[in-house]
Amino acid sequence: MAVVPKINVGDDYREKYGFFDPEKFTFKAKRGLTPEVVKEISWMKSEPEWMTKFRLRSLEIFRKKPMPNWGADLSHIDFENIFYFLRASEKPGKTWDEVPADVKRTFDRLGIPEAERKFLAGVSAQYESEVVYHSLHKELSDKGVIFLDTDSGLREHPELFKEYFGTVIPPADNKFSALNSAVWSGGSFIYVPKGVRVDIPLQAYFRINAENMGQFERTLIICDEGSFVHYIEGCTAPMYTTDSLHSAVVEIIVKKGARCRYTTIQNWSTNVYNLVTKRAVAYADATMEWVDGNLGSQVTMKYPSVYMMEPGAKGDVLSVAFAGKGQHQDAGAKMVHVAPNTTSTITSKSISKAGGRTTYRGLVKVYPQAENCKSFVKCDALLLDAESRSDTYPYNEVEAENVTLGHEATVSKVSDEQLFYLMSRGIPLAEAETMIVNGFIEPFTKELPLEYAVELNRLIQLEMEGSVG
Amino acid sequence: MADLEIRDLRVSVEGREILKGVSLDVSKGEVHAVMGPNGSGKSTLSQTLLGHPGYKVEGGRVRFKGQDILELTPDARSRLGLFLALQYPIVVPGITMNNFLRTALNAHRGYDGKDKSKSVSPKEFRTLVEPYLETLRIDRTFLSRYINEGFSGGEKKRAEILQMAVLQPEMAVLDETDSGLDIDSIKYVSEAINKMRGPELGVLMITHYTRILQFIKPDYVHVMVAGQVVESGGAEVADRLEREGYAQWGEEVA
Repeated sequence: MAVVPKINVGDDYREKYGFFDPEKFTFKAKRGLTPEVVKEISWMKSEPEWMTKFRLRSLEIFRKKPMPNWGADLSHIDFENIFYFLRASEKPGKTWDEVPADVKRTFDRLGIPEAERKFLAGVSAQYESEVVYHSLHKELSDKGVIFLDTDSGLREHPELFKEYFGTVIPPADNKFSALNSAVWSGGSFIYVPKGVRVDIPLQAYFRINAENMGQFERTLIICDEGSFVHYIEGCTAPMYTTDSLHSAVVEIIVKKGARCRYTTIQNWSTNVYNLVTKRAVAYADATMEWVDGNLGSQVTMKYPSVYMMEPGAKGDVLSVAFAGKGQHQDAGAKMVHVAPNTTSTITSKSISKAGGRTTYRGLVKVYPQAENCKSFVKCDALLLDAESRSDTYPYNEVEAENVTLGHEATVSKVSDEQLFYLMSRGIPLAEAETMIVNGFIEPFTKELPLEYAVELNRLIQLEMEGSVG
Repeated sequence: MADLEIRDLRVSVEGREILKGVSLDVSKGEVHAVMGPNGSGKSTLSQTLLGHPGYKVEGGRVRFKGQDILELTPDARSRLGLFLALQYPIVVPGITMNNFLRTALNAHRGYDGKDKSKSVSPKEFRTLVEPYLETLRIDRTFLSRYINEGFSGGEKKRAEILQMAVLQPEMAVLDETDSGLDIDSIKYVSEAINKMRGPELGVLMITHYTRILQFIKPDYVHVMVAGQVVESGGAEVADRLEREGYAQWGEEVA
């Protein structure tokens, strides 16, 4: 029984996840990128002068920086053919009633169950380029927790915002962080005060819904000393015929003794370039956890990183990538041990199918003063057929003494024995395969809140459908 | 006509002929023991009956309930009422026993994720599973563990019989279910199988040793040597085997 699954992720995307609402925009920027467009964005948002300047400076950097020549093929991105700013309604809604009906419809289609909504501490939904709905549970605001879209964050908390914005990922970090810094719009701004634990995950749903439109959200999370927050972003995007670009920047500051978990399930349509810079700095005894799932997109380049600045800091990346036909998931992690007695773990699971390609690219860097560090990297790749591909590029740069470094990598195929076993119990081939794949990523799935775990398993099932033995 | 008819079955593995024309008739309500030394082709027979892709049928036929099954995929054979308890159960990480059992049962019911009325309800599932958890001395927490992951040899074999109990096959092939089992596990496993025995179940019990036959009394005993059935009879065949070993047939066939 040769198992040669066939899948064409994308062709039936509209039926699978797709939903289109007529475009209704109060403002639509011109295609292409000029200082005028950047100034217009900043003007539309009534931003302070420092931000306008920051954007213009970032645009300069973006223009000077060459395209990265390592990693995935980015040569097909046409920066002149992208809208850099759109917004669906005049300003973010404060209550559910104020949210436009078509946006609500989108939420319905995203399947946010009614029962779940009441558990949501706040729903921040990025529709088009800007957050249109934002609710903050009273309990949270009583505790002093700030959970806003990033534009509102800048307006309402200018001092706090300016203190941290751009400090973790400067515009000059890379070409796409420069681009984001020039044209960013939306995203989440979160501040958790000292000692406050946010027990309910803060969630944001967002999606792209305009042809040829870029999405450049910017998220800034500050966890003050001894605090805890779990932030979740999940998104699905409808299919379009021309290339889309998603280039986000996520900056996180985890102060002494605090813990932050950032969970993502991304399922961009298979024409999207998903180029995201995510970085956290963790101070003494602080813990940063990235839980990152990448299913969709044509190309993903994403390497969540943790800079462990002070003793006792911990970094953790747990990621899953699924590449179907025509997809390249180039993902991994970066752990930078700046201080002694810091620990990091990277667990990467990837699945390639129907000629899809996954790449693990990771860096563990240990500075000379960072003695007694520990780092463990585990990469498991699952190939579903002979046409698919998986590569592993683990880089270690260790300059300190007494460092414990572990690395484990496996590449496996869905075994005939496992398939036979499940099938001998009456389970059809396609379902058996899906079960095995879901089992493979179970270490990831079990870290997700139940509703996300269910959704992820369902997405895997949809991706696996149409496979023929 | 027997419910399971195996006629002149010839099977090769990696180009080597292992079964050299095996014929057997097993009907529901009967328990058949197939005994043989290592390498006689017993496991090849059991794996072939369920359609393992590594075993190539070179000739002969197998009919189950009047239907030619050699062209059917393993899952279709299972849904038709065949079951195989594996000699070496497979580890499948990340899938709980609970999920596995329910998915398998739903597949047998024809539940395709749409018509909820076809899916097994939690209550019904409990009713099916619980008595056998008890008989097999399996702790309930077992159901939330991943398929065979970290199971002891005995737990794996008992888990196979639990699967059989849930799926309620009409014809069960038990491939050396007794091998590697301590005496307690043999008792529990036998107790569970005897509990299922009845006019609606046929059993083809493959074993190397006569020990399990003390607990599960076969109606028929077949001796298989070098890919052929060399003797068939009642329980007395096992008695003779117990006294004299396989050597008598070994010489004959060689």
